Amino acid sequence: MIKVFNIFFKTLIFSFLLSVKTFSAEAIDPIRVDWSFKGLTGKFDRSSLQRGFQVYKEVCSSCHSMKYLSYRNLGEPGGPEFSEKEVKAIAASFEVTDGPDSQGEMFLRPGRPADKFVNPYPNNQAAMAANGGAYPPDMSVLVKARKGGADYIYSVLLGYVEKPAGMILDDGVYYNKYMAGNKIKMPKVLSDGLVDYADGTNSTEEQMARDVTTFLSWAAEPELEERHRTGVKVMIYLILLTILVYLSMKRLWSRIDTEV
Amino acid sequence: MSEHEYQPKSKVGKWFNDRLPLLSLASHLTDYPTPKNLNYWWTFGGILTFCLVTQIITGIVLAMHYVAHADLAFSSVEHIMRDVNYGWLIRYIHSNGASMFFLAVYIHIFRSLFYGSYKSPREVIWIIGILIYLLMMAAAFMGYVLPWGQMSFWGATVITNLFSAIPLVGESITTWLWGAYSVDNPTLNRFFSLHYLIPFLILGLVVLHIWALHVPGNNNPVGIDIKKPSKDTVPFHPYITIKDLFALLMFMIIFSGFVFFAPNVLGHSDNYIPANPMVTPAHIVPEWYLLPFYAILRSVPDKLGGVILMFSAIFILLILPWLDTSKVRSSVFRPIYRQFFWILVIDVLLLGYMGAMPAEGIYLLLTRVGTIYYFLHFLVVLPVVGYLEKTDPLPVSISDPIMTGGANISLAKKNDKSI
Repeated sequence: MIKVFNIFFKTLIFSFLLSVKTFSAEAIDPIRVDWSFKGLTGKFDRSSLQRGFQVYKEVCSSCHSMKYLSYRNLGEPGGPEFSEKEVKAIAASFEVTDGPDSQGEMFLRPGRPADKFVNPYPNNQAAMAANGGAYPPDMSVLVKARKGGADYIYSVLLGYVEKPAGMILDDGVYYNKYMAGNKIKMPKVLSDGLVDYADGTNSTEEQMARDVTTFLSWAAEPELEERHRTGVKVMIYLILLTILVYLSMKRLWSRIDTEV
Repeated sequence: MSEHEYQPKSKVGKWFNDRLPLLSLASHLTDYPTPKNLNYWWTFGGILTFCLVTQIITGIVLAMHYVAHADLAFSSVEHIMRDVNYGWLIRYIHSNGASMFFLAVYIHIFRSLFYGSYKSPREVIWIIGILIYLLMMAAAFMGYVLPWGQMSFWGATVITNLFSAIPLVGESITTWLWGAYSVDNPTLNRFFSLHYLIPFLILGLVVLHIWALHVPGNNNPVGIDIKKPSKDTVPFHPYITIKDLFALLMFMIIFSGFVFFAPNVLGHSDNYIPANPMVTPAHIVPEWYLLPFYAILRSVPDKLGGVILMFSAIFILLILPWLDTSKVRSSVFRPIYRQFFWILVIDVLLLGYMGAMPAEGIYLLLTRVGTIYYFLHFLVVLPVVGYLEKTDPLPVSISDPIMTGGANISLAKKNDKSI
């Protein structure tokens, strides 16, 4: 009887492992990057965040919105931490539609830190019309919204390679090694020297991809640094308390002839 | 128990207790005689109470900031994550708390299966427990819809569409559930309302669950009836409370690990894409804790058949106390059933894994085998093994190492530890 179970058991485990293997072979793994914000005490690289914002502002923001962020976020702790003056200047460089005024008219004014990031298009339809029918996704939580997270975004940015021979692509469709289905409607945007970094860093393709991905990771999880910090404190507290409770429990139960 | 003897010491206490015996109840709860040999698998009752209270408190706070409207739900969640003080913490506790709740309830249910806690005289505790589990699934499903991401929307579409399988009236029922001709704003609104209601229904059932438990008292790893109070029992407070607290703290360490260091690992990334009725995700998968049932649903080529089978998989648990024919409760003394217990555990894990895979090829085949085995376990294995199995001799009491059949206690103890 037991033997029969054993065989049944092993068959189950074997088929389980087999299916795991076949499944994982399907997708191309994204490039693994050793991000500074990974791990239990991970933090964002401040200067990389600032450079990443520059890439976003000069390159991505012409098509991609980031509607859940406000300009004030750029100066908050745990983010790019621009100074108050810089945040005001960044906000003022955008034109925000406000109103209606006392005449019932909408009007344009320079942005303030409390304003949300300005959308590049008035609405989704306009965005799609301008991009060959594809909607450039909002970037606020993009890193959390893709399997593979930051690694995946970084990989797609660098994944524009020559298409395999014989593959036919429609107009406005590009080949990308890491994109699901390998077809993407976003053209290759990054090229060496595209951005003049304010801090003088050499703007190679990899550098820009790394910086902008770091920025997008912060945008998706602005609480990350605080979360990690609090988490470490909570863990230490819980472990100490657990030890104390364990010792008290042992002492209490020593009156009873049963192990705990 | 001690209700009858208990007298408050103070005059005011006595006056109050004569009118509403809350103090007698408190005294009963602290003195409640509990078997002294309960192992750590028994601490999950307390852990589950903690989970329920945590979900209710964080949920009430979230509801203060959340907006149940199809156009605003997603951005109100982002507002909670970004602008509400510690909103990210409250939301991550609530979303990971659901997973932790199910982790604990599965351990709690399998503990009951292993030690035969569902058997006479505890059938009513078991049935109430299954009803709680059922409500938990409903609450979790509706809660997952509220952020109004892609998985929310399409998960709701798949699950509500199940009702359209009902012959004749199915389509009308589905439309009635939606409050529209597809999953839309009215659906979101009612799900929010029900998601707020169900936890309090669960709370009520939990009170009944504990009340029903306090009539016969706890089962125990040896599974024999014990005299209460006796040298086999300890008062609930402080012995069990401190043990439960210790286990709860261990549980909270794991819980915090998820909340602070991997808050999205149990969720699906697609749910950070706002709901879009025009775009269907490549794979629509429910949260991990519903996957075994999702696998059973998909194992049948016929929609109605799948729905019936899926609900049967849950409702079969209600009659479990009458399917198991063995008089011996604990698997420690049931050498054959013990093997089948572990096969069932593997089977449910396998079904869960298959539920996350596309329903095709080898996955579909394995899902079918797993589904058939699940029902075989309850409908054939349990009744038959109960009749045929030769159980090991039981001890006379927890403290007394004398076995009725004379086998030695160390064997039983060894087995007990290995669980």
